[in-house]
Amino acid sequence: MCRIISHKTRRTERHDSRTKSLPAGKRSCVNSRLFGAFTLLLLQSHSIGASTDGYLAAQTRYFPQNPLYAEQSEHSASISAELEQYYEVSDAHQIQVKAFGRLDSADSQRSHFDLREAYWLTTIENGSVSVGVQKIFWGVTESVHLVDIINQDDFVEDMDGEEKLGQPMVQLSWTENWGSLQGYLLPYFRSREYPSESARLRFPLIVHSDPVFQSSAGKRHVDWALRWSNYFDIWDIGISHFSGTSRTPLLVPELSGEVWGLRPHYQQIEQTGFEVQATLDATLLKLEAVSVYETGHGRNTAFVGGFEYTLYGLGGSSADLGIITEYQFDDRAGLRQRLSQNDIAAGLRLSLNDFNGTEVLALLATDLDNGNRFISIETERRLNSFWHLGIEARVFSSIDTTSPEFSFHRDDYLQLEIRRYF
Amino acid sequence: MKWNKTIPHLILAIVLSGQAWAVEQNNEKALAIVTESKQRDAGWVDASAEMTMTLFDKNGNSVSRELRTMMLEVADDGDKSLTIFDTPHDVKGTVFLNISRVLEPDQQWIYMPALGRIKRIASRNKSGPFLGSEFAYEDVGSFEIGKYDYRYVELEDFQGKPNHVIEYIPKYENSGYTKLKVWLDTKHLRQSKVEYYDRKDSLLKTLLLSDYTLYENRYWRANTKTMVNVQNKNKTILATNKLSFGVDFDPATFHRSGMKHQK
Repeated sequence: MCRIISHKTRRTERHDSRTKSLPAGKRSCVNSRLFGAFTLLLLQSHSIGASTDGYLAAQTRYFPQNPLYAEQSEHSASISAELEQYYEVSDAHQIQVKAFGRLDSADSQRSHFDLREAYWLTTIENGSVSVGVQKIFWGVTESVHLVDIINQDDFVEDMDGEEKLGQPMVQLSWTENWGSLQGYLLPYFRSREYPSESARLRFPLIVHSDPVFQSSAGKRHVDWALRWSNYFDIWDIGISHFSGTSRTPLLVPELSGEVWGLRPHYQQIEQTGFEVQATLDATLLKLEAVSVYETGHGRNTAFVGGFEYTLYGLGGSSADLGIITEYQFDDRAGLRQRLSQNDIAAGLRLSLNDFNGTEVLALLATDLDNGNRFISIETERRLNSFWHLGIEARVFSSIDTTSPEFSFHRDDYLQLEIRRYF
Repeated sequence: MKWNKTIPHLILAIVLSGQAWAVEQNNEKALAIVTESKQRDAGWVDASAEMTMTLFDKNGNSVSRELRTMMLEVADDGDKSLTIFDTPHDVKGTVFLNISRVLEPDQQWIYMPALGRIKRIASRNKSGPFLGSEFAYEDVGSFEIGKYDYRYVELEDFQGKPNHVIEYIPKYENSGYTKLKVWLDTKHLRQSKVEYYDRKDSLLKTLLLSDYTLYENRYWRANTKTMVNVQNKNKTILATNKLSFGVDFDPATFHRSGMKHQK
């Protein structure tokens, strides 16, 4: 926006006398230029200026059933905060910083801090160059994100694969009539963190914190990725390739001393992804597919596809009801098996389109091989301009005793989160 | 016998065609006025606006949203617009990109900062509420001649000034309206008032346009738009706090790939 105001500034200076009416808003360029001069100082001192956005949140998780393991705690409570700072250094340069932290009563691993974003971006004609920590999302589907690979999952935050750790990178982006092309250099790897022994929603064996890397470069292996995307009429298409350290480790059972644990092994992969969405009248058709070559193992394929149909103006009201169905397939087996190997996910999304932005999303995923069922219901609404309430319920039902999710079978939970934005 | 039957038929045919001719004349007149109005407004190239949208329910409770819109004029097709939400805080940074089309559905994307995700959304929801307000998406989209058929109704005084009253009949099959009744003042051909009729052809909403300001010595813009839903008694006021022309946007501004870095 500052870019726009500043263009406007130059123009008004030339053409009319409205220059004086430039807003004293927090994002006006006049202010931003001043901020820009102090940017490094502010970053170093973690100063919370007037232009900081973010929220503070309190969350509780209530587990109706007793835990499976003696060392697991019953319920949990936590507080979290997210702070976001934006600086417009000049017309073409901006700096974005976003940090997240949580303190959790039951899980020392879930008490964590992460720099979600901290990057400098410069725009040149139809493109941009950015350097620093960023979050990149690829893909179109709802129930599983297959092509999305740049960022590591923030697995202790939520298992849904939508919370991500910040990824250091250099990104080049270019947009022309032939579409949009991005190139990424990823010089540092972020390991996945797993819940601690005292936490609910953990695997039966403890996951060791020091992983094994297939590449001798370890965390410093330089990964790279390319993505082209464009839209034509009703079609949105993306083709991507990633080369580097797999974000999902193999969890290999290992005896250390007299205790069995799981050791994460991060393999080198080449992943080519394809995503397409057709936007029809009230129906979205979606498909994501990946072909993954793992060094020393071979090639695997996975896809997810389905539709989202929306009934607009439900029963003459302004509410919309979306119906989502997706089928998931993944031929990785054994240690490499994914939860989405042969599953159907079906869901309903109700948006009331009211003052308070009330939304409900209910999802049921069924494993067609072992009959495991997972139910998730999320609802959120604004209480007023500053307060926001979110409620989530998750149920693991008819869990097969031999499946990896069996250790969650007593971990149905109800979560309540209240946020105060500022 | 034949003769006797034919004459009344002929007379009827002449009368009917006369009426048809009159209707056609009316329609042509309406089209000419609307075209003239559109032409007077053409050539604005681009603009950016800061707006406050205040929603009132029937009990008088209200809530405000702040948004900024960047607009790009596209000759002979629908315009492009990019809207950034500044409040409410939980959706701050959300970006909405709309590429209007004349008869095909618009292309729309939404960028959700919490997920870092750009999502194409179905534009069937043209008749759906924009930001939970009494404005529908189709009310805030760009006006293109080809979107409607026109019918001249009458000349009527509105707020003491003569106005053409013209019915706009949407050609788009998923429009939420059977017709719009538009009052255009005869002097500047600016919209003074619009009545929206729902699919049952009963009055749904009334829009009053006021605080007209002349920009760049040429373009009239209503800085206050008040939409009243006569059926549920809710009201939305869309106030333009600041409007600038000649912004000269970066080329990637109105492309899907540029949405993420809009601030």
